[in-house]
Formats: sequence, structure tokens, C-alpha cells
Amino acid sequence: MIYAVFAPLIILLLIPIFNKWKDKIHTGWFVLPVPLLVFLYFIPFVGSDFTTKTESYSWIPSLGISLDFYLDGLSLLFVLLISGIGTLVVLYSIFYLHKSEQIGHFYIYLMMFMVSMLGVVLSDNVFVLYTFWEFTSISSFLLIGFWNHRERSRYGALKSMMITVFGGLSLLGGFILLSIITNTTSIRGMIENSHLIIESPLLPLVLVFLALGAFTKSAQFPFHIWLPDAMEAPTPVSAYLHSATMVKAGIYLIARFSPILAGEPSFFVLVSIVGIITLCWGSYMAVRQTDLKGILAFSTISQLGMIMAMLGFGTQAAIFAAVFHILNHATFKGSLFMIAGIIDHETGTRDIRKLGGLMTFMPMSATLALFGILSMSGFPLPFLNGFYSKELFFDSANALNAYTGGFLGFLQEALPYLAVFGSIFTFVYSMYFFFGTFRGQAKLEELPKKPHEAPIGMLISPIILVLGVLVIGLFPNVFVNGLLGHTATAVSGEFYEPHEIYFWHGWDYKPFLMTLVVIALGVLLTVTRKKWSSIYNVFPRHLSFNTVYDFIMDKTETVSSRITKTYMTGSLRHYMSYILVAIIAITSIVLVVTNGFDINTSYLATITIPEVLVAIMMAVAAIATIFTNSRLAAIIILGVVGYGLSILFVIYQAPDLALTQLIIETVTVALFLLCFYHLPELRKRDDTLAVKSSNTIISVGFGVLITLIAISSHSNKLFEPISSYFVETSKSLGGGANIVNVILVDMRGLDTLFEITVLGIAALAIYGMLKIRRDKEAK
Amino acid sequence: MRSNDLILRTTTALIAFILLGFSVYLFFAGHNSPGGGFIGGLMTASAIVLMYMTYGFDVIRKVLPFNYNILIGLGLMTALLTAIGSFAFNQPFLSHTFDHFHIPIFGDVELATAMLFDLGVYLTVIGVTLTIILSIAEDN
Repeated sequence: MIYAVFAPLIILLLIPIFNKWKDKIHTGWFVLPVPLLVFLYFIPFVGSDFTTKTESYSWIPSLGISLDFYLDGLSLLFVLLISGIGTLVVLYSIFYLHKSEQIGHFYIYLMMFMVSMLGVVLSDNVFVLYTFWEFTSISSFLLIGFWNHRERSRYGALKSMMITVFGGLSLLGGFILLSIITNTTSIRGMIENSHLIIESPLLPLVLVFLALGAFTKSAQFPFHIWLPDAMEAPTPVSAYLHSATMVKAGIYLIARFSPILAGEPSFFVLVSIVGIITLCWGSYMAVRQTDLKGILAFSTISQLGMIMAMLGFGTQAAIFAAVFHILNHATFKGSLFMIAGIIDHETGTRDIRKLGGLMTFMPMSATLALFGILSMSGFPLPFLNGFYSKELFFDSANALNAYTGGFLGFLQEALPYLAVFGSIFTFVYSMYFFFGTFRGQAKLEELPKKPHEAPIGMLISPIILVLGVLVIGLFPNVFVNGLLGHTATAVSGEFYEPHEIYFWHGWDYKPFLMTLVVIALGVLLTVTRKKWSSIYNVFPRHLSFNTVYDFIMDKTETVSSRITKTYMTGSLRHYMSYILVAIIAITSIVLVVTNGFDINTSYLATITIPEVLVAIMMAVAAIATIFTNSRLAAIIILGVVGYGLSILFVIYQAPDLALTQLIIETVTVALFLLCFYHLPELRKRDDTLAVKSSNTIISVGFGVLITLIAISSHSNKLFEPISSYFVETSKSLGGGANIVNVILVDMRGLDTLFEITVLGIAALAIYGMLKIRRDKEAK
Repeated sequence: MRSNDLILRTTTALIAFILLGFSVYLFFAGHNSPGGGFIGGLMTASAIVLMYMTYGFDVIRKVLPFNYNILIGLGLMTALLTAIGSFAFNQPFLSHTFDHFHIPIFGDVELATAMLFDLGVYLTVIGVTLTIILSIAEDN
């Protein structure tokens, strides 16, 4: 199984080599066998005697993360879709993309996407699943932005990236919570311990995180906005990613965790409400579009909403209908996208207002589109698979009876009506798509190219997909027994006994009556579409979620730059005050919280008069320094502080320090005089009173804080000082009577070594600064 | 107009040597009484700076044709080699030793390897101080 998952990765590495011969043979032909082989590898698993299969490879054992691949009915359905439609899309793209495009890039991104998608659906480990999940976001970003010279492509790629990665990250949060709750990283392990998750207080958080991940990926309301913009991608990409595979990753996720969460009222409310809103909103908005792919994008949104709603219902019948519709949607939507691409390719436009009457020019495409459209709209004909799953959808919406009364009961009652409402508009946009494109008057002068039928190679893939529609429509029970029954078993968590699917249930069968209502109202609305379509100018008008998204993106940028500008002023004074305020605030909070202030007078020595005199002298000099306006005067007054300090050293019997302080003070004063002689007079400070007072507060506060800390630390002698050791051993070990010097050069010589290094570096730096003046030389 | 600074020159000739002598004393006395490489170095540098101030750059540069930058490296090297030297005797980095020797004229003298380290400090401090002051003073 691991080879099947990573097979596209291997071919991906070889694509640059194949790409060298792309002038002779289209690179797509080399790529084509890979998805086909993967498909053929998985086909034998289909059958009524299906058993699950597990493979495990060690990856990060210390974190309990291993490459666990697990194939059950749900994964099987998805791998078949991914590889099968992948094959058709590669085939289609060979004819769609011209050799002059960067087809090497295209196939590399596409294979990357295929690997990640296979990984998503086959992973049993949540973190492996998450890894592949993000790879789908990245490769889809690359594919949407494939024509990166177009601004709309870049915008669409960025938008889908932002939204799906937002969801992906919340998904990671959900996975982390799940693995903490159940103490395992395996999905099967989580399902086995589902009672832990249900009973956990973190359940709402888990649910919201998983749902955010699934809803963003599957373009559910209100995160659906990236999907219409992703239509800037080449059509094979739209057909593959945005109809059949990636947008179903969210569906897959919800289905995968259904055995744990289904049955929870919160899960039912969240998933089915969002699903049904998505269904209605998507189908309502699809009629407004003028771009063929725009219609299909909103159609995808609404169909995904329908599947999501069915998963939310959580009953066995609904789950079966959901997995059935996953398969059906992939077949007809893939073919419709390909036909939209063909129309674009052969006429040069996708604008439905310019199209019309193409049936005579492109009979094959029109036929194929007709089948796809009728299947999508759920037209009751015994050879259309869309009808069966639509009818099962109505059936399951009617059969909800788990809750009575209250909001849940009301929701249960309302769901069938909303389902019918969404389906009416589904019918309308389906007809709009077909009749707007293929019927009516041809406007040849408005088309950039003269329309003609597509080459047969391009038609093969939609033909196969439409054949799929018909085969599933004619023999639904074959698929139920061999594949979908196992899928429904995997999703519902208990064995699903396949029921026979009939076309005809009799006249009094309620879902059939609902279908008739849908068609009657749908036909009525289609015929009168021009009359009521002005409603879109009233609602939603400009009220789309794109506006919200653009607003958020725009504001995030402007507001954050404004915030940064307010504090990153470039003024060192400001930064200095931030630093000091931070020190004052944090330290004083710690001081208060830990009750750290302490006064203990028992360690204090007596104060002598010379000390007091020197201290007063220093204090006066220090204060005077602040108020001088002359630089030189300030230096000399500051010298008083330095000499006062050396006198204090003398009083406290530190001759070495006194000597050093004396000479250093002299040297620095001389140096300052030497340098500052050339500098202009100190500018008269004309700060406002507010600045002055805040500076005063900060400096006084800092001084007070340091004083308090000094007093507190002096009041606590936590242990004996080690100085007695130095006194005792200075002569015997160091051979010197000057303890300070022995400490400096012998006991703590390393400090001295680096201090003189610091001095040397400082001197060389000054030397360098003065001697090297490149800017002057350059002039 | 050139000022007559005869008194300054004459006193400097005396004081500079007294300063130099005192600085050497401070350096050697450092191990047993106040002083040491750092103060000694600063004092020596002060003496040389005094000579520069009195006699001018050109004269002193002729008398002491010397690049003080070199002293920084020399001093650091001395200190480092002293520190590394303890490896030769299978001792940890920066281990010092001392002993008493009988040297003619001086008599019984205590010699410590710490003095060598202090010599490094001494040379570095001279080099640093003079490099800083002279390069700033020479700069136009």
C-alpha cells in the first residue's frame, strides 16, 4: 500500500527528465500510467468479501507517530476516486494544456497533490493525516496559481491558502486535543475509545476544531468563498481538485470521525445546519453567476453542503446516501468541469452571456453535458445516478426522528423544506447552465474563436465519466454491494446491511413527491428566470463574504502596520523608556507578589561624617549634571561624582579600586573633553511638560526600584560569604599579600583575561572607526 | 604665535620619568601591596600622554617610533600564553605557581607566574589607552 501512496512521488522526481522531451512527447503521457496503476492496484479490493487492511511503518517512534496506512471501505471509495479521476484528468490535461505551457511544473504539482490526497485518506495516524492535509493545501495553492502571471490567479491562490491553512491549523489543534484525551494518535484507537471523547469536557472544543478544518477545506458556508476564486486554475485542476477530491477531504474527515461524534446533538446541529445552509446558499448563488466555472463552483459548494448535511443527520440511511452522493457527484461534476473546459478551449470564453446555441457546433459535448446536468439536478430517470442519491437525501431528511420538541425537533422538521428549497435552485442552475450554453441563438460574432467540436482525446475523459453516471444509474445495486456498503459500514461504525435501491417506489412515496415539487417549481423558475433574477441586486447585492474576507485582510494589514508604527518610532528615547518601564513594571510586580521587600537594620554599619559629606557632594553633582546646558560643564561636574567615588573607596579601604577609579576618571574626563570639544553645544531641550514629567517619573521610579532592591537584598544574608577563603589562602596558594590582585590574576584570572580582551577590542574598534571612512573616500 | 612652554617642558622631563618609575613600581608591587598590571599600565600610559601633550606628536613619534596597536596584541598574547602554559605541566587552564629564588643583587625574590599574566594586562592596558587617546587626538 505504501508504494501505491508514494508512487506519484517517484514519478514526480522523474518529471524534469521527461520534460526534456516534451516537444516530441507530451509529458502527460509519462505521468498517465501512475494514477492508472494506483487505480488498478486498488480495484481488486472491491467486492462483497472486502476486508480491511493495515500497514505500519515507523516514522517518529519517540512521539508515537508512525506511518500507519489503513484501508477500509471509506478509504477505498476515496482512493478509487482519487486515482480514477486522477487518471482521467491527466489524460484530459494532455489535450488541454499546450506544450508551450510549463507542463513540467503542472504535473509535479498535480502528482504532489495526488500523493497528499492519497495520504490523507489512507492515514490512520492523525498527525500523518495532518501532514498530508497541509500538503494538499500547498499543492492546491501551487495549482491554483499555475498561471501566476494573472493577478486573479494569484489572488485566488492566496485566498484558498489563507482559508484552508486557517482550517488546517485548527484541525491540528483538534488532533492534539484528541490525542491528549485518548492517549493515542491512531484514529482507530480513538474510535475504540470514543467514550473517553464523548465524556471529555473538551468535546465542544474538539468538535469546533475538527469542524473548522473540515468546513474550510470543503468550502462550507461561510468559508466557501475561496472555491469560486480557485476557478482561475486550469480546468483539469478545477475538475480534479475542486470537484472530486480536495474539497471532499473535509467530507472525508467528518465521515472518518463520524463513528465517534455522530449521535451527539451538537454534532448534528453544527454539521447539518452548516451543510444545509451551504446547500441553499450555494445553489441560490449559482444562478447569479455568469462564468461557466463560477456556476460549477457554486454548484460544487451546494452539493458538498448536501453531503455534509447528510453526514450531520448521522442515521445509517443518511450516511449511505452521503457516500453514494460522494461517488455520484465526483462522476457528474468531473465531466461537467471538463465540458466547461472544452467550451472554454474551443470558443475562447466561459462567459455564459456570450455563449449559446453551441449544440449544432459541439453535439458530443452537448450530449455529455445533458447527462451530467440531468444527473446533477436529480432528474427522475432510471439511468441517472444523481436521482438516486437525491431521492435518498430526501428520504433521509424525512426520516429524522431522533429528537422531539425544542430546537432540535424544530430543526428536524425544517430540514426537508430547506432540502427542497436548495434542490429547486439546483435544478434552476443546472438548466441555466445547459440551456444558456447549448441552446438558443448562437452569437458567433461575440466569440473569440469559431466554435467546433473538441478533439476526441479531450472527450475521452468526460465520456468515461458520463458512462460512469449511466452505469451507476443503471446498476446501482452492484456498487452498493461491492463498495458503498463497506463505505457506509466504515462511516457509521457498525455493519451496514445493503438495501436494494429501486427506481420506482410508487406514487405515494414522499421523496418522489418532493422531487416532483422540485421539478415543477424548478421548471417554473427556469422559464421565468429573467424576470426574477433582479432579486440578486436586492439580496445579496454586495453582501457577500468576499467583502468580509477582503475587509479582514485589508484591515489586518493596515491596522498591524499602524500599530507597529505607533511604537516603533525610531527614537532611541522611546525604546529606552519602554525598556525601563518594562523593567520597573515587571520587577515591582514580582517584588509585590512575592512580598520581597524587606528591611533589616541589624547588618548596617555606623555612618561616619566623611561618608555623609562625600555622599552629599556626589548627589549634588549628579543632580547638577541634569540641569547644565553645556556639555563640557556636564562632563566636569560628572567628574566630581567619579572622584567622590574614589574617595569613598578610600574610606572603605579599597586602595586598588581607589587608584584605578582615580586614573580611569581622569582619563575618561580627558577623553570626553577631547571628543566633545568638537561637538556642538547641547541643544536647549524643548520637550513638552508631558514628556518631561513622564521622563521624570520613569527615572525616579527606576531609581526608587533599584534602591528598594538594594535595601532588600542587603537585608538578607542567605549564606556565608566566601571571602574568608580568599583571605586565608591568598598568601599560601597565590603567593601574594594583595588579595585583590591575587583574585584578579590568579583565582579569577579568566575574568581578567576576557576583560583585557574587551578593552583591546574597544580600542581596535575606535581605531577602526576613526581610520576607516569609506564613505568619504568614495566621494 | 608659539607660546613659550619652557616650564612645562622642563617639569615634564622630570615628572614623566618619575611617573614611569612609579608605574613600574606599581606593577611589580601589585602582588603584595596595592597596584598591579591595570593601574601600572594606566600610569605608564598617562606618562606617555603627558609627553605627547608637552612635546607634540612629531617629536615623540621620533623618540618612540612605536605603534601602540601592537601592544594590545602583545599583551593579550602574553596573558593567553601564560594561561595556556599550565597545560605543559598537566595543570588546568590558568593555573599559577610561585617560588622563592635567590638572585644576585636583589637577594631573595618571590617570582610568580601570575606576574607574567599581569604583564599581559599591563601591556594591553598601555596599548588600549594610547591607541584610543592618540587616534582620537590625531583625528581631524
